[in-house]
Amino acid sequence: MSKKEWPLWEVFIRSKNGLNHKHVGSLHAADAEMAIENARDVYCRRNEGVSIWVVLSSHIVASDPDEADALYEPAKNKIYRHPTFYEIPKEVGHM
Amino acid sequence: MNKQEALLEYCLRLGDNSLIMGHRMSEWCGHGPILEQDIALINIALDHIGQARNWLTLAGEIEGKGRTEDDFAYKRDAHQFRNLLITEQPNGNWGDTIMRSFLFDTFNFYLHQVLQHSKHERIAAIAEKSLKEIQYHQKYSSEWVIRLGDGTEVSHQKMQNALDDLWMFTGEMFEADEVDQIMLAEGIGADLHQIKDVWTDHIREVLEEATLKMPELNWFQKGGKQGRHTEYMGYILAEMQFLPRAYPDAVW
Repeated sequence: MSKKEWPLWEVFIRSKNGLNHKHVGSLHAADAEMAIENARDVYCRRNEGVSIWVVLSSHIVASDPDEADALYEPAKNKIYRHPTFYEIPKEVGHM
Repeated sequence: MNKQEALLEYCLRLGDNSLIMGHRMSEWCGHGPILEQDIALINIALDHIGQARNWLTLAGEIEGKGRTEDDFAYKRDAHQFRNLLITEQPNGNWGDTIMRSFLFDTFNFYLHQVLQHSKHERIAAIAEKSLKEIQYHQKYSSEWVIRLGDGTEVSHQKMQNALDDLWMFTGEMFEADEVDQIMLAEGIGADLHQIKDVWTDHIREVLEEATLKMPELNWFQKGGKQGRHTEYMGYILAEMQFLPRAYPDAVW
């Protein structure tokens, strides 16, 4: 019998209603139901959440670290994309 | 037997079921098949211990002789324990432990569902508080029974063996003795016949999905509720009670 590892799942927890789910870690589970229950036991022991999402880690598509320069550098020198770059005319008042 | 004596017995049964289940499951600590399941099982063990504390504290108040939850847990001998025989059965393999939980959790869930409406206020309050935990226990063990029963050929066979071995301890849950009758008549306890019906329905449904065969055995072991236990009880107490007996009044 081959000894297969259970697949890895990424866990996202919503700490309270109205906030978004945040990535908190990962764990192993045989199926989706078990992943939710494991997440409840591992990551919600101390009242950390009101909702759990799990997703198979293999379903996550990540950006390539080797392309980091090409992907993220160009945004660094485009300060006009930040609202603070612009002076607000006095007539506008508080925005 | 008067109402007060029956009430004390009733609380001890509830408390001892939780205590011995909790202790048995705690034996898995550090031995679970995978880290996540080790945590899951110990979480449930702690739920049981927490419930035991509530019931045994209440038992002490009903008795009125100043005994605490610890006195009940650590200073009684086997014949004074009132837990069902199924709770003291050995952990065996993972499937045996899951099957024992599944059969007991299902009973415990329907029992507490009734007890939350008990005429005895404290019993109703403890039952209501425990019910959310027990609902999760039942979901957890039911899912595992399906997963393993309808799993591989090996896991299926292990689950069928576990079921066949444990089945003779299920009859005791529904056998009403004088204590149960008095509590039922007083509107405090549950009608075990009704619980047997809903228990059987759920068990049958899950076993079907798990492709397991419900045993046709009609002869059942009994005695735990009256203090007649299997040989395992002494070993459980030897380990559970060692520290407080060797070092009385030790503190954390």
